[in-house]
Amino acid sequence: MTTVVQLLYMVAAVLFILGLKMLGRAASARRGNFVSGAGMLLAVVATLLASGLNFGIIVAGIVVGTAVGVYVARTVKMTSMPEMVALLNGTGGAASMLVGWNEYVQRPDSGAVAAVSIFAAVVVGAMTTTGSVLAWAKLSEKIDGKPIMFASQQLVNAVILGATLVLGLLFVINPAGTYALLIGYLILGLALGVLVVLPIGGADMPIVISLLNSYSGVAAAAAGFAIGNTVLVVAGSLVGASGLILTQIMCKAMNRSLTNVLFSGFGSGTTASSTAVTGEIKPVSVEDAYYILEAASNVIFVPGYGMAVAQAQHVVKELADLLEKNGAEVRYVIHPVAGRMPGHMNVLLAEANVPYEQLVEPGDVNPSMELVDVAVVIGANDVVNPAAREDEASPLYGMPIIDVDKARTCFVLKRSMKPGFSGVENPLFYKPNSRMLFGDAKASLGALVAEFKDA
Amino acid sequence: MTVLLLFMTFVLAIFLGFELINKVPSQLHTPLMSGSNAISGITIVGAILATQVGGTFGQVLALLAIIAATVNVVGGYLVTDRMLGMFRAGKKGE
Repeated sequence: MTTVVQLLYMVAAVLFILGLKMLGRAASARRGNFVSGAGMLLAVVATLLASGLNFGIIVAGIVVGTAVGVYVARTVKMTSMPEMVALLNGTGGAASMLVGWNEYVQRPDSGAVAAVSIFAAVVVGAMTTTGSVLAWAKLSEKIDGKPIMFASQQLVNAVILGATLVLGLLFVINPAGTYALLIGYLILGLALGVLVVLPIGGADMPIVISLLNSYSGVAAAAAGFAIGNTVLVVAGSLVGASGLILTQIMCKAMNRSLTNVLFSGFGSGTTASSTAVTGEIKPVSVEDAYYILEAASNVIFVPGYGMAVAQAQHVVKELADLLEKNGAEVRYVIHPVAGRMPGHMNVLLAEANVPYEQLVEPGDVNPSMELVDVAVVIGANDVVNPAAREDEASPLYGMPIIDVDKARTCFVLKRSMKPGFSGVENPLFYKPNSRMLFGDAKASLGALVAEFKDA
Repeated sequence: MTVLLLFMTFVLAIFLGFELINKVPSQLHTPLMSGSNAISGITIVGAILATQVGGTFGQVLALLAIIAATVNVVGGYLVTDRMLGMFRAGKKGE
């Protein structure tokens, strides 16, 4: 029987690999998710062949879990997707933590390797759980999304991390009869999760979410080592590695290192603007904006988190349709870190039925930015800040941006002159070709749509 | 299953993960992340096996683990499917 189970696990692992590969291409992504889901189903069925299972508990757990899972997946709004993904990361981490804990309860003295694995599954799982819940709370604005810093934070973190490792070492030396140690590092792991996410705010969230995703994979792989299960190890390490890659891509898009993201408390207000910005702000009325757009033949939209907040994606698409009917070429330029999770803007625009051929990356547009008649910036700030290119003293310096300041005209839709997440003043607003369209993005775009329809 | 073989599987799977994900267009980052997140729900296998032995407390841990992992799996796959269902190529003639 175990041979059959192992072979089924192998097939499941292959399906995961194929599924992930297919998820990486637009045309096959949906089928890829299905293939990976089939792998999961197969792994579960194979596991149910094991002897001595308590089916009452299994059925109860799966029924409850499925009900909750279906409910949240059906009801979550697309704009709330970042916090949803964060929460799901947390449930995976929690499950691995519990599996590690249970393994210790069942077999407290199964050797050093098992002890190390139990330690890793419990600590990483615990970190993932609380870190994800905190990320969820920040993203859904249950608590302030700003970085939270306190005195000697790094020291506290280091001490707790050190204490965790010491407890882990003591645990590995003598696993049996040291239950208190497990509870100890479990609690420290929960605390670490909170401490790691506390100093990270708003625009750095895409990085945290993909990092937590990676952690949930690592926790699953560790649980796999603890119970000696191949499919857990394979699937867990696949997720761990892919999460890490995504994290790296996000960091690169910000031109910052992972350490900087995790520890600097970027955007907490400590990074004041260095150089005075000269020039004047030029507001534009909806009517004037309409005349400029009406004459434009090459228009780009640059969405940011503000578009998600204003829920403006549908009205953006409506305006884009009118512009296309008017003969203009329309594209959406998406910065990799725009929004609060990797690919956030793409999901919102897809919800509004924007065809994905029109979604382009900064590198596709920047070289020919001079040919763009109008760049419409909707609730984006730091990702279009020319200081990243021009001002060596700026904290944003070196970050690849979308060069909207080089377009013939640039409309900036904005509620007020408040600086972006980084707290850095944006010279874009003062450039001669920039026009500010103040007010709620959805309302402003709606007014533009109305102008087009009246014409 | 020896530990060494498990370890080899682990290392190879990590390399495979790196190779698979490099060069994915940024528009697919969210679905990819949520799809791989659903895979991390594989810990449901461990949770099911956790019901094999143990007293009441062990069974309680197993039950909680199964619930959490199932939420991760079911929610993860459905959410990913919902997102991917929205991505579509431009229709011709529009």
